[in-house]
Amino acid sequence: MSIRQRDVLGQDSDQAPEARQSMYQSYALGLDPYQTREPKPAYQTYVAEEDPYQADECRRGPYQPHEQGYGLYQSGYSPYDDQIPDPKSRTLAIQNAKAYLLKSSTTSGLNLYDHLANMLTKILDEQPTNAVDIIENISKDVKRAQFQKKMDTLRDEHEILPTFEAAEKRKALFLKANGEEDEELEEEIGETPLPNVMETAFYFEQAGIGLSKDESYHIFLALKKLIDVQPIQTCRFWGKILGLEMNYIIAEVQYHEGEEEEETEEEEVIEEVGKGMDEVEDEDEEKEKEDERPKSTYKPPPVIPKEENGTGANKYVYFVCNEPGKPWVKLPPVTPAQIVCARKIKKFFTGRLDAPVVSFPPFPGNEANYLRAQIARISAGTQISPIGFYQFAEEEGDEEEEGGGGRDTYEENPDFQPLSVAEMVDSLSTWVHHVQSILKQGRCVWLNPFQKSEEEEEDEDEEEEKAEEPDELQQETGPPLLTPLSEDEGIQNIPAWTAQPSTNLIPQHAVAVLQSNRWPGAYAFASGKKFDNIYFGWGHKYSPENHTPALPPPVQAEYPSEPEITETRDPTLEEELAFKAAKEAALAAAEEEEDEEDEEEDEEEDD
Amino acid sequence: MDEKEKEIYDVTMDLKPPRRDAQPCPALLEGTSPCPEGPGRAAWSPVLHRGRACVVFVAGSLNCVEWSLLPPATKEMVVQAEQLKGRFQGDPSFEYEYTEINAEDAERLIEDGKEPMIKEEARLVATIEQIDRAVGIIPRGAFVKTPLGSVHENRNFEGLSLTDAKKLSSYFHFTEPVNLKSKTLLEKADLDPSTDFLDSLEHDIPQGSWTVQLEKGGTVVVLRSLLWLGLTFYHVPMTKQYGYIYFGSGEKNLDLPFMM
Repeated sequence: MSIRQRDVLGQDSDQAPEARQSMYQSYALGLDPYQTREPKPAYQTYVAEEDPYQADECRRGPYQPHEQGYGLYQSGYSPYDDQIPDPKSRTLAIQNAKAYLLKSSTTSGLNLYDHLANMLTKILDEQPTNAVDIIENISKDVKRAQFQKKMDTLRDEHEILPTFEAAEKRKALFLKANGEEDEELEEEIGETPLPNVMETAFYFEQAGIGLSKDESYHIFLALKKLIDVQPIQTCRFWGKILGLEMNYIIAEVQYHEGEEEEETEEEEVIEEVGKGMDEVEDEDEEKEKEDERPKSTYKPPPVIPKEENGTGANKYVYFVCNEPGKPWVKLPPVTPAQIVCARKIKKFFTGRLDAPVVSFPPFPGNEANYLRAQIARISAGTQISPIGFYQFAEEEGDEEEEGGGGRDTYEENPDFQPLSVAEMVDSLSTWVHHVQSILKQGRCVWLNPFQKSEEEEEDEDEEEEKAEEPDELQQETGPPLLTPLSEDEGIQNIPAWTAQPSTNLIPQHAVAVLQSNRWPGAYAFASGKKFDNIYFGWGHKYSPENHTPALPPPVQAEYPSEPEITETRDPTLEEELAFKAAKEAALAAAEEEEDEEDEEEDEEEDD
Repeated sequence: MDEKEKEIYDVTMDLKPPRRDAQPCPALLEGTSPCPEGPGRAAWSPVLHRGRACVVFVAGSLNCVEWSLLPPATKEMVVQAEQLKGRFQGDPSFEYEYTEINAEDAERLIEDGKEPMIKEEARLVATIEQIDRAVGIIPRGAFVKTPLGSVHENRNFEGLSLTDAKKLSSYFHFTEPVNLKSKTLLEKADLDPSTDFLDSLEHDIPQGSWTVQLEKGGTVVVLRSLLWLGLTFYHVPMTKQYGYIYFGSGEKNLDLPFMM
């Protein structure tokens, strides 16, 4: 061992720090005494410190003046003075030590620093008793723990983002249907009923109306799917109605002729079953009672039959979906009762077609029927076209023959000359309604309900009086088809329609846009030969006054008034006395007559 | 400087430009554009500059090119405007005849020396104030209150999580709280005073006057008010984007209880 190292482990205060530093220095120089030696020497010298003056080969410590090494290694005179470290190199030495500790083992890949840190952490966390005695075991455990995988008994569920789910639903829109060949496409391109939703969206966008491009495109694809599935002749994107939970996207469709008779049969069956149930119930009641209960003379107002599919309010068939990508649901045809009731109530749509409509007067149907009724009302009130686009077919007979119902069919005018945008905007008489308006009765064509009921009455009892029918209904008329908008009534001082061009700055490419004030959310545009209508809104009519719900009807009379059960005033005391006196007088008179008769008889017997 | 000038000076010093990330709504919905040209529509599009939280300036325009600063709303104006019904005319100087509405008040006003008229401008400003106060909402955590009591934007707001975004309790009215003090102590214990210092939408009367929907495949949550039809609030969860906008006729939906 060199003298240097002997110095190192002594207790000489002067030399000790220098010696320690020189120890590190020697390590820095690559010497590693511990590789060849076990740490024993350190302990040995530690023990040996008790007796630093022992004559020992490994003796270090202060040299006495009589010894050999005295004076040779005084501070400042050591041959290694230039290597004695200043404070800066102390940090360097620390860093070197740390670097050494961080060196990974070639066999196991661990390094001492981390291992010591883990071990001490474990000890401090667990705080075992007599840690120093079991430290080797702890070290072994820590090393073994390296190879165990940390497994929690609970595992995170693979989270499916709702975005992913939504994308899956819409994916179907983007796939081509099986079996579609290019040949079919070429044939159909000229005649497809698919409307050009993007073009319409473009025109409406000029006025700031419409949905986002994404949504328009998805609706476009959804309509295409609808057309592929159903036998449709014409199709149009009618609009979007907002709801509480979900919204409705509505398509207006016309079938090929002869394609949709199945639905009507089903509905008639349902109605007949309903009637049968009522009759059965009545019969049961009659059998139960013994005495004849007074029969109710109440006759409900006659049910006005709905219009045939393809005419009037049921001219178009409507399909609904909540979102493009969801399946299209067909709405049932609308009945006049539903329209009449829908006029009296104002309810938000929830977005579920089977939701009940709780209202007064009770709505005959669920949300699907209410939706259909509102769509019918909105269409009748706000579907407009530029004048001259549609014309009446010339083969129609005289108007008088149809009972004043008016013409209900129209066709496109091949000679249509579009007016300029300025003209379309200035006056409302350049626009016409092309959907029949709905009468108060709930139909487009008036029907007298009592004509039909005469046939039914022949089967019923003859006792029922016909005199109880109300007075003959007056025939209702509405504005005929293709009336210009200038005839529309305004609401108080607001006109029914507001017209403006889409831009004042570029009149060459402006689009005439009309906005309905009676049905907020209904818009129409016209540009050259193109026009369209659309609806975006909540589905309610505008009224400046608050909605007042209908009051319940007055209480009905329970029984007819007859003299037997009519109450009269009780007789007063004088009347009673007078009545009594009169009675006694009558009795007295009667007795006198009897007496007289007896006397006469007696007299006769005497003779 | 006299007092009024000083007030204006102080207030204008607080004006900050609109937030950089205030973008138009990514799922821009159906509705009319903000710049209709010509009369007859609800022809105003307010632009809000937020100074300190709650000082609001409103500028109006008929064609989105020329903007004029509207006067701030006073309580009187709000009270008067509440009695007016019907659509806006589109002309800011249009005057509503007060006599039609309330003859007694009109007489009183005449005695006071004021004219029984309300200008449409005043009605407009009052309506904006009402809408803001009633249905102006923000997501929870967007604004924080310091211990000193001042409220400002939370720079660390990362957006609501998707589950939170579907709940009404994660949105607050951006006005002075009304219901907060009447909460029980148990409820208050769960609140975080730095973020929960406003009324939440949960306890709005009537219940159900907000609809919550997810649009665009679940990436945007849209709240629509049923009390003021046309008020739409959007928020993209997990981002800082949120905002509300009003497109409509400026009339309160008083039929709401019948319609639900």
